[in-house]
Amino acid sequence: MTPVLKITDLHKSFGDLKVLTGIDLTVHKGDVVSLIGASGSGKTTLLRCVNLLEEFERGSIEIAGEAIGYRDEGGRRRRRPERQIARQRAMTGMAFQQFNLFPHMTALKNVMLGLVKTKKLGQDEARAVAEKWLDRVGMIERKDHYPGQLSGGQQQRVAIARAIAMNPQLMLFDEVTSSLDPELVQEVLAVVRDLAADGMTMLIVTHEMRFARDVSTKVVFMHQGRIAEEGPPEQIFGAPKSERLAGFLANSEI
Amino acid sequence: MDLSFFLDNLWNARMSLLSGFGKTLVISLASVILGSGLGVLVGLALSYGNLATRFVLRVYTDFLRGTPVFVLILACFYVLSVVGVDLSAFQAGVLALTLFCSSHVGEIVRGALAAIPKGQTEAAKSIGLTFGQTFASVLLPQALRQILPTWVNTATEIVKASTLLSIIGVVELLLATQQVISRTYLSLEFYFFAGFVYWLLNFLIEQAGRAVERRVSIPQ
Repeated sequence: MTPVLKITDLHKSFGDLKVLTGIDLTVHKGDVVSLIGASGSGKTTLLRCVNLLEEFERGSIEIAGEAIGYRDEGGRRRRRPERQIARQRAMTGMAFQQFNLFPHMTALKNVMLGLVKTKKLGQDEARAVAEKWLDRVGMIERKDHYPGQLSGGQQQRVAIARAIAMNPQLMLFDEVTSSLDPELVQEVLAVVRDLAADGMTMLIVTHEMRFARDVSTKVVFMHQGRIAEEGPPEQIFGAPKSERLAGFLANSEI
Repeated sequence: MDLSFFLDNLWNARMSLLSGFGKTLVISLASVILGSGLGVLVGLALSYGNLATRFVLRVYTDFLRGTPVFVLILACFYVLSVVGVDLSAFQAGVLALTLFCSSHVGEIVRGALAAIPKGQTEAAKSIGLTFGQTFASVLLPQALRQILPTWVNTATEIVKASTLLSIIGVVELLLATQQVISRTYLSLEFYFFAGFVYWLLNFLIEQAGRAVERRVSIPQ
């Protein structure tokens, strides 16, 4: 079966700084893969390459067998036209650390925007889909509220609904609880757990080790732009092979 | 000061003052509309244009914003005729105010777009929106709200600057008032009256701006 995500020999630098140096990663349908590692290890950059918010110089990323971002033209690597890139971005959904809801739209309109503009659904259909997902994340009663009227946790749940309503093949979570007050973290993690239990394929960047251990089918430990160790959560958290991972885990709360 | 004497003279002069006021309105309205349209384009190009475009427009806005409007008006009226472009005083004046307005609006638009967090564009991209869709649905509505108060302020500046067209012989409210004064010698009264009319016009513009601002404000 074609993997949902197949990353091959991915390289990425910011100027002289090499951020990713040869990443290979495969994610199958229904997998929940957590990326852990110290700040600056490249986790977030890897995630952002997958939906083309970052360019990458070498290697390939395939989603459902389709090479995204670039194509080969007679041996030369060419960036795809903007319209194709926009379509490919919609194959994944992303939830951001800072939520990034559109402040001038209600929760409902936030979720509807992509459905209307990208999926070309009619207003009524888009509203129905949006309401279904807002209900799923427990935000249906606040659907007419503006982001400024919602707590951080509520905003993040709306943002997750906005991404997932697009019916992506893969959900990307970029430290979705890092800017939340501690008491709001669990309501967001509960939503992610719920989606994972439902079989959603996910790639999650997180600092919540307990959560990564509980929710993941695979955990990937990154160090200095490479995958240093990967495996099922029991192995990564229970029997780390490298000293580096053991050291990282010793400094993290579980 | 004899009030009824002034009021008699005001009544007698009403047609010329009204025509001057009408001219002031037309000049201001035309300059603000044309200048804002041009300014939005300038602001877009300053935000999204390539290096050469941005450089040229940066020089354009900085030059116009750093030049007295009065000089711009004289330049449009006298210099353009030297190079063979023959504009009437009215046209030259409106052109000068339009350019002045466009440089300010251009800078306001650029600033407003730059103030929108990068995450907004990224979120729009992540749900598959193209640049055009992102601009229309996400960036512009936020930028416009940001722009509104400063833009209203620019509009009132244009109304005030329209008085400078009197120098090149456009009979707008100020020159019409001066003509009335030269007939009646009631300089204090009529200058006060003209000043009051300008103040009232700008007061109404500001109130209208605030009303729009309240209507479109985002609930927090």
